[in-house]
Amino acid sequence: MIVNEQVAIDHGLKKEEFKNICELLKRTPNITELGIFSAMWNEHCSYKSSRLHLKKLPTKGKQVIQGPGENAGVIDIGDNDAIVFKIESHNHPSFIEPYQGAATGVGGIMRDVFTMGARPIANLNSIHFGSPQHKKTKNLLRGVVHGIGGYGNCMGVPTIAGQTNFDSSYNGNILVNAMTLGLVKKDKIFYSKAAGINKPVIYVGSKTGRDGIHGASMASASFDEKIEEKKPTVQVGDPFTEKLLLEACLELMAGDSIIAIQDMGAAGLTSSSIEMASKGNLGIEINLNKVPCRETKMTPYEIMLSESQERMLIVLENGKENQAKKIFDKWNLDFAVIGKTTKSKRIELYFNNEKVSDIPVNTLVENSPMYDRKWKKSKLPKKNIIKKENLNSLKIINVLKKILSDPNVCSKEWIWQQYDHTVMGDTIQKPGGDSGVVRVHGTNKAIAASVDSSAVYCWAHPLTGGKQVVCESFRNLISVGAKPIAITNCLNFGSPENEDNMGEFVECVQGIGEASKYLNFPVVSGNVSFYNQTKEEGIKPTPSIGGVGLIKDYQKMITMDFKDVDNIVLVVGKTEGHIDQSLFARIILNEKNGPPPEVNLFNEKNIGETLLKLIENDFIKSAHDVSLGGIITAVAKMSIKGNKGINLIKPKFLINEIEYYFAEDQGRYIIEVSKENLKKVSDILNKNAVHFDQLGTINENELYINDKTKVSIDELKTSHTNWLTNYMNK
Amino acid sequence: MKSSVITFPGSNCDRDMDVALRKFGFKNKMVWHNDGELPKSDLVVLPGGFSYGDYLRCGSMASKSKIMKSVINFANSGGMVMGICNGFQILVETGLVPGVLLRNKYLEFICKNVFVKINSKKNTYFKNINNEILEFHIAHNEGNYFCTKDQFNEIEDNNQIAAYYCNKDGKVEEQFNPNGSIKNIAGIFNKEKNILGMMPHPERMIDPSLSGEDGSVFFKNLINNLK
Repeated sequence: MIVNEQVAIDHGLKKEEFKNICELLKRTPNITELGIFSAMWNEHCSYKSSRLHLKKLPTKGKQVIQGPGENAGVIDIGDNDAIVFKIESHNHPSFIEPYQGAATGVGGIMRDVFTMGARPIANLNSIHFGSPQHKKTKNLLRGVVHGIGGYGNCMGVPTIAGQTNFDSSYNGNILVNAMTLGLVKKDKIFYSKAAGINKPVIYVGSKTGRDGIHGASMASASFDEKIEEKKPTVQVGDPFTEKLLLEACLELMAGDSIIAIQDMGAAGLTSSSIEMASKGNLGIEINLNKVPCRETKMTPYEIMLSESQERMLIVLENGKENQAKKIFDKWNLDFAVIGKTTKSKRIELYFNNEKVSDIPVNTLVENSPMYDRKWKKSKLPKKNIIKKENLNSLKIINVLKKILSDPNVCSKEWIWQQYDHTVMGDTIQKPGGDSGVVRVHGTNKAIAASVDSSAVYCWAHPLTGGKQVVCESFRNLISVGAKPIAITNCLNFGSPENEDNMGEFVECVQGIGEASKYLNFPVVSGNVSFYNQTKEEGIKPTPSIGGVGLIKDYQKMITMDFKDVDNIVLVVGKTEGHIDQSLFARIILNEKNGPPPEVNLFNEKNIGETLLKLIENDFIKSAHDVSLGGIITAVAKMSIKGNKGINLIKPKFLINEIEYYFAEDQGRYIIEVSKENLKKVSDILNKNAVHFDQLGTINENELYINDKTKVSIDELKTSHTNWLTNYMNK
Repeated sequence: MKSSVITFPGSNCDRDMDVALRKFGFKNKMVWHNDGELPKSDLVVLPGGFSYGDYLRCGSMASKSKIMKSVINFANSGGMVMGICNGFQILVETGLVPGVLLRNKYLEFICKNVFVKINSKKNTYFKNINNEILEFHIAHNEGNYFCTKDQFNEIEDNNQIAAYYCNKDGKVEEQFNPNGSIKNIAGIFNKEKNILGMMPHPERMIDPSLSGEDGSVFFKNLINNLK
């Protein structure tokens, strides 16, 4: 095939980019080389629109061992233990083919983690779908959930937490973000930086097929009416092979033969080989005839661009090939020496004794395009004026029931019961709480993790939204008694070529950066997914934040279920009555405008740290952060989980009862304390200048509001648990 | 007491079972599927997971693996063999216990706590156990036990049903059946009751911090019965 400008454009490259390639090479690339450039220079692999802004994120901290730039981030949790974690998107493929798209998303992120030598110990996910009424939603949801379960369950890694959202902005572009945490010894972490010349380059895992060719390019463009034609770009996963690959890699890693290791993810053999060479400032030579292929007559172009799953590239120490091969033979996996490292600093490919590619590595990496895209700053919307008489006519119990059964609040048990969340025998907090918690096997430590996003707030005001979602992650960790350590982020946005979308991105990133810096909650890994857009219609800006925290003594973990009758319930943090952008405003008042609740980072940090002190002293019996649906929704969920009721008495403030109970002011938690400890707890909160109100007292099984109205917890439970099951079975 | 846990390619509850057996006093060995001989054991466990990816049919390829010859000989000579979840699926594929395991009635993987009622204590697994009703944990996609009418009459006559799914009060009713198993069957024995196949995972219930502690009751009783 003759390469010209049109062919380059068909590969998703821009005119100027093609010109640039010809100049860098001082010639026109052949088709294989063009394929390699298109794979490395697309948005998904090159971060060309986001790099400039991502640089501003805080990525360092006392406990950070490895920040962004490796397969995953690594944090120190003491005693020579480290946690490797990352979140990644698999949005585009999951819309085209939900089962395989979601499954390979989970497979890909687990590979990123075990590539670094860590055994995966927990999976999480954040999934977003269109309106429940949209004709595709139900099937997409079912397919994605089956896919996530199909892969994670077979791998034997528990799925311990997640988040599911519905919003019509995802009608044409669903989001599937998968996160994995792994455990590794600090002195046995593996990296992708190649070193040394003439070292054997080894291919292990599945054979290479024609699936997923141009997957990364597909994920770097918007959808249009030809979307069905993109099915072949979706990879097909085989969790069984990945389980074998995991065990084989960990077995090999126990020795000392690996110099560098990199999984073949997006852009397959191309990006893995180039990444290893680039990081080591070396060249790599590959004989493509040696690559194990699943299909006959595969061309160099296809071999280099295939995104077949469950494959790894390893640079070994000389002379260790046989020892390594034995391990892969034992696990029935392919093992092939396909090339070697060179000092040329070029990627040189041979096929049928002919050189089919010869590209300087730096042209693919350092010289890849970087854009300072135009972006528009958003204004803080004006506050709505809510008429008090509109509120006074509402019945709190009815509103509460409606909120509890809202698709974005209701119980997601239908989903997480399909995920094995207890395998590995260390899950001490299951899905459905504020964070999932797993013990660090064989120790007293435990790791808490949660994944959050607040697209509505980000859409209303990206800067505030970006801050808010980091704070929410922080709160979810505090609520279970974990000290927040670091985050990973998955930034899902529309087209960066659109100034509004780019503005949302820039300001969300700024907000994330400000909050994570202030809270000492650095970003150690992540990914960007742009072009979540169908024609002109983009999604709401949706950064997903995966937070990770440490519980030093797992016996001190807190859960959200109310524990004992007669205990006192407090709301910690100040309630100002912010209704704009709340779930209440959207579904009860049908009001979509207005600013999101303000975020006060000082209070956020102060309250969080004070609560951790209270937890350390065993003063807190249960805790839950206040989020969607406000105080009363949080309290109702704690009641439902604990099968206990509560007598709520609104403190005598000027704000209206409805505003008090349903407002979504930030930085608040509900906590349960015993009568005996109430004085001590109040003293500590006062001493630390933390505002709190006494909300009420726990009773057997009914929710009383100001001694006037009541509802049984069973009735609330029915509202909360039935919606999703009924919807899926309809 | 010596135990052996077999690891097949794709097993993923082998470590959990190892942890549980050791916790309650077994000297456990991990045995690779491609080994020829079983080490000397008082109990052999086929653990849960997705042996051979559950491809072809759950448990079918594992039932033909090299070590299984040795396991079958051991079982046929009266040795104690317990298959949990995928291990149960392997046992039905070998024919060591009767029946088959179909896909769950509602066609979805299911992971949750369930209650089971012990049917008979006249066997080494449940002899002297204090609790009639145990809270266990299930996590499977193919746990829907099925057998023919004749087979069912036979296993009932021989008291081969090990446990039924029930509620916390021990009521065995269809509404407490998580997967559609015939007559709420959660586990069965061979005729001689030295082989137990069971879908629920007692090894996931061995610590108050986990889903529950009734697995501890099961393992403590088991090792005492073997002594």
